[in-house]
Amino acid sequence: MAEHAAHLETSTGLDNRKLAIWTFIGSECLFFATLISNYLVQKETWLTGPGPFPHEAWTSPAGKAFEPIIEIPLVTVGTALLLFSSLFIVLALSAAQHGNRKGLLFWLGATLFCGFFFVGMQVFEFTHFVHNGLTLHTNLFGASFFTLTGFHGTHVTLGVIWLLTLWIEAYRGRIPPAKSLNLEMAALYWHFVDVVWVVIFPVVYLIK
Amino acid sequence: MDAHATHAQPEHAHPTAAVYVKVGLVLFVLTALEVGLYEFTYGGHAGPASASIQPFFVPLLLLLSAAKFALVAMFYMHLKQDHRLFSGVFVFPLIIAIVVIFALIILSAYHFAFARSGG
Amino acid sequence: MATSALDQQRAHAAADHGEKTGLWSWITTVDHKRIGILYGATAFLFFLIGGIEALLLRVQLGTPDNTFLAPDTYNQLFTMHGTTMIFLAIMPLSAMFFNFMIPLQIGARDVAFPRLNAFSYWVFLAGGLLLNSSFLFGLAPDQGWYGYANLTSRQFSPGMNVDFWLLGLQILGIASLAAAVNFFVTIVNMRAPGMTLMRMPIFVWMSFITQILLLLAFPVITVALVMLMFDRNFGTHFFVPSGGGDPLLWQHLFWIFGHPEVYILILPAFGIISEVLPVFSRKPLFGYAAMVFSGAFIAFLGFGVWSHHMFTTGMGPIADTFFSLTTMLIAVPTGVKVFNWMGTIWGGSIQYRVPMYFALGFIAMFVIGGLSGVMHASPPADLQQNDTYFIVAHFHYVLFGGSIFGLTAGAYYWWPKMSGRMLDETLGKVHFWLMLIGFNVTFFPMHILGLNGMPRRVYTYPAGLGFETLNQIETVGSFILALSFLVFIANIVRTMRSPRNAPADPWNGATLEWAIPSPPQEWNFAEIPVVHGRDALWELKRQRGGPLPEPPRVSGKGIHLPNPSYWPPVAGLGVLVAIGGVLAFPTHGPWLSIAGGVILFFGVFKWAFEPAG
Repeated sequence: MAEHAAHLETSTGLDNRKLAIWTFIGSECLFFATLISNYLVQKETWLTGPGPFPHEAWTSPAGKAFEPIIEIPLVTVGTALLLFSSLFIVLALSAAQHGNRKGLLFWLGATLFCGFFFVGMQVFEFTHFVHNGLTLHTNLFGASFFTLTGFHGTHVTLGVIWLLTLWIEAYRGRIPPAKSLNLEMAALYWHFVDVVWVVIFPVVYLIK
Repeated sequence: MDAHATHAQPEHAHPTAAVYVKVGLVLFVLTALEVGLYEFTYGGHAGPASASIQPFFVPLLLLLSAAKFALVAMFYMHLKQDHRLFSGVFVFPLIIAIVVIFALIILSAYHFAFARSGG
Repeated sequence: MATSALDQQRAHAAADHGEKTGLWSWITTVDHKRIGILYGATAFLFFLIGGIEALLLRVQLGTPDNTFLAPDTYNQLFTMHGTTMIFLAIMPLSAMFFNFMIPLQIGARDVAFPRLNAFSYWVFLAGGLLLNSSFLFGLAPDQGWYGYANLTSRQFSPGMNVDFWLLGLQILGIASLAAAVNFFVTIVNMRAPGMTLMRMPIFVWMSFITQILLLLAFPVITVALVMLMFDRNFGTHFFVPSGGGDPLLWQHLFWIFGHPEVYILILPAFGIISEVLPVFSRKPLFGYAAMVFSGAFIAFLGFGVWSHHMFTTGMGPIADTFFSLTTMLIAVPTGVKVFNWMGTIWGGSIQYRVPMYFALGFIAMFVIGGLSGVMHASPPADLQQNDTYFIVAHFHYVLFGGSIFGLTAGAYYWWPKMSGRMLDETLGKVHFWLMLIGFNVTFFPMHILGLNGMPRRVYTYPAGLGFETLNQIETVGSFILALSFLVFIANIVRTMRSPRNAPADPWNGATLEWAIPSPPQEWNFAEIPVVHGRDALWELKRQRGGPLPEPPRVSGKGIHLPNPSYWPPVAGLGVLVAIGGVLAFPTHGPWLSIAGGVILFFGVFKWAFEPAG
């Protein structure tokens, strides 16, 4: 009877849950748009704390020197990881839809690997910034930066937890082709989180 | 009773793994281009030609990231193959989101200019 | 009139088919009808609280230099009055109708995600309780329902009042977003066979557009509230000028949410009126397509007018002009609706029953509110009107004269369907006249006071400025208004004690909800109907050549319904503790938030893995 629910006829022929996750993603566009707008509007208007760093070196009026602390190579690796994780999860989904449990476990595992490392990179970067004097309340750049990337990172973390749960379910053989929609929903969320990063990466890191 | 009900849509043929991998490589290349553009304009590889690139830096960068965005949405999120409704549900809020971002940038820039000029 | 035999039959049916009773059945319900009733009862209680807050304000303002309320108390009361009426009264009263009526009107058995639906209600309740719990500490929010920065900064609002406000609103936002996803999917995906989008009842269309607005507007205020929370608790300067922040950014973000929010408040009422007028004029809605498209256009354009709330902030002539033009433009589709309502009534066979009274009252009052609104659309005029009672008059005419009149029309119209009993006609008419008179006596003079310069948000005013008489009149009016609600409550109490014998279709309705018993059985439709046109029920009656027979109550054998569940309220509790815990930052707060997060995760996991049934 529970299986039946998945095949209930709908007005569009599309599954309710898939439509729901897309609707949620549409709403999240506005969430991140507001965070990005705030970042763009506020990042230059610091009146307190260190100036144009973290992109450039700066010496404060009191003579304190601040080195640029944005690590483009590190963040580029993170960006690549996230992009590849999108590839891996779509391969995992394909495997699930074809009943290939081994493929599903491998590719989903690869996705998780990338996700973990991305979060790790963010944590490392945040700690590095804090040690070098840029915190949430140092100045408006810090506030806007950490709020935007922090919320993105939280979304990634929640995604990792979701995918981990699915990996365990897959391991127990509970994701046959008929249930691949569960993975598809998580994959759509994961791609969205990736796509938000595709916007954040140039806007925050490459544009000063 | 079934005459008007729509059965679960058969999934349109999904791209093969080969297509997914190709898209992945393109994404990687686009990212490399973004970083390369940055390095060439402002970074370690900046040279005398960099100044001429600078006005185009932001538009080029946004173009590259828009291309990546579209590739992930169309191929990985399957919007290209799926029912148009999903594209609508995604694109409409996206348009509003872009309008909001631009409106806030313009209003804020104008506000500063207006305030500094004495109002 | 139903016979006692029919009553007996119903009693048997109830006993046989396990009509659930008892508190636990209400806590674990996932039935959209019950959730609708929960929303309605809770919202009505909050509405009464908001009303009492208003009466206290009116007593204070009834005489000049009054000392009935201290200034701080006054600020708390007007802030809570606004916040309560918008978020805890009008929105959830609309939600009552979304919940009860949308599945019925589209011929479905429930919404797309019944447990998510329950979750929305419990989270709404949590938000309302958190907000009002502030009174227990004497710390009710006092910064105005729009929380302008940088009054809301820690420097100028050191107490926890603002924190109660922003956390309460965050919780409510979660409830609204979850419900919006749910109803969006329900309306798109669960319509009966043959019901194309352009055959949907107009109430469903207006509700659909409302859900889209909710999905797009709430994320914006979520971010703004997070930024405010960070400013107040984590030392950021988003809205604090001394750190480079911009108080005006708060206004932009708030009104990018806030303007769509007012359409969220009025569109459901538009939908209700568009249902009531045709039924009580015995004529189809005039210009259905125009009504749909004007509603969509209002919603879309509603995202382009927000800075008309900011004409006095010095944005500059270009911004002022742009927003003035868009604001004037939005009057056009609204006007289209008004003319279509008139076109519906014109030449009809008017049935002067209570729902129609409120619908007609709605048109008149809303138009007055709209006229003052168009006046504000002009920046030079608004320069005088802003922050005066002229604005207070405008929004009360559209929100009370509009939304509340509309929701009341809906209450009288759909009461028989929801409860199986008809509200009393005579008491209803008394309610209407007292409400109409009380409302106008209270709010019309505010136009004059505003144009004469009485500012908003003042706890008192000195004698000798010419404000006394009108304020006195308004205070009297507010008590007449209160009396009208006492009459309504008396009507409800009396009605609910009477036997449950309303027919399925007391008004000769046009839409599917009138085809099933009053109140509906748990599964709504014994057989999912097939729809061949707009106004499906009128179509059916026309084919039969007469009214439909009273639908029997049947056994629900073979009809599959979702199981009740207690995980939605558990998850709701998690949300309350996680977000409410911020109140106790930095000492116990983090632990509470973590505990709340754990409860939430646990609740969600259990919910995800329990069979939906």
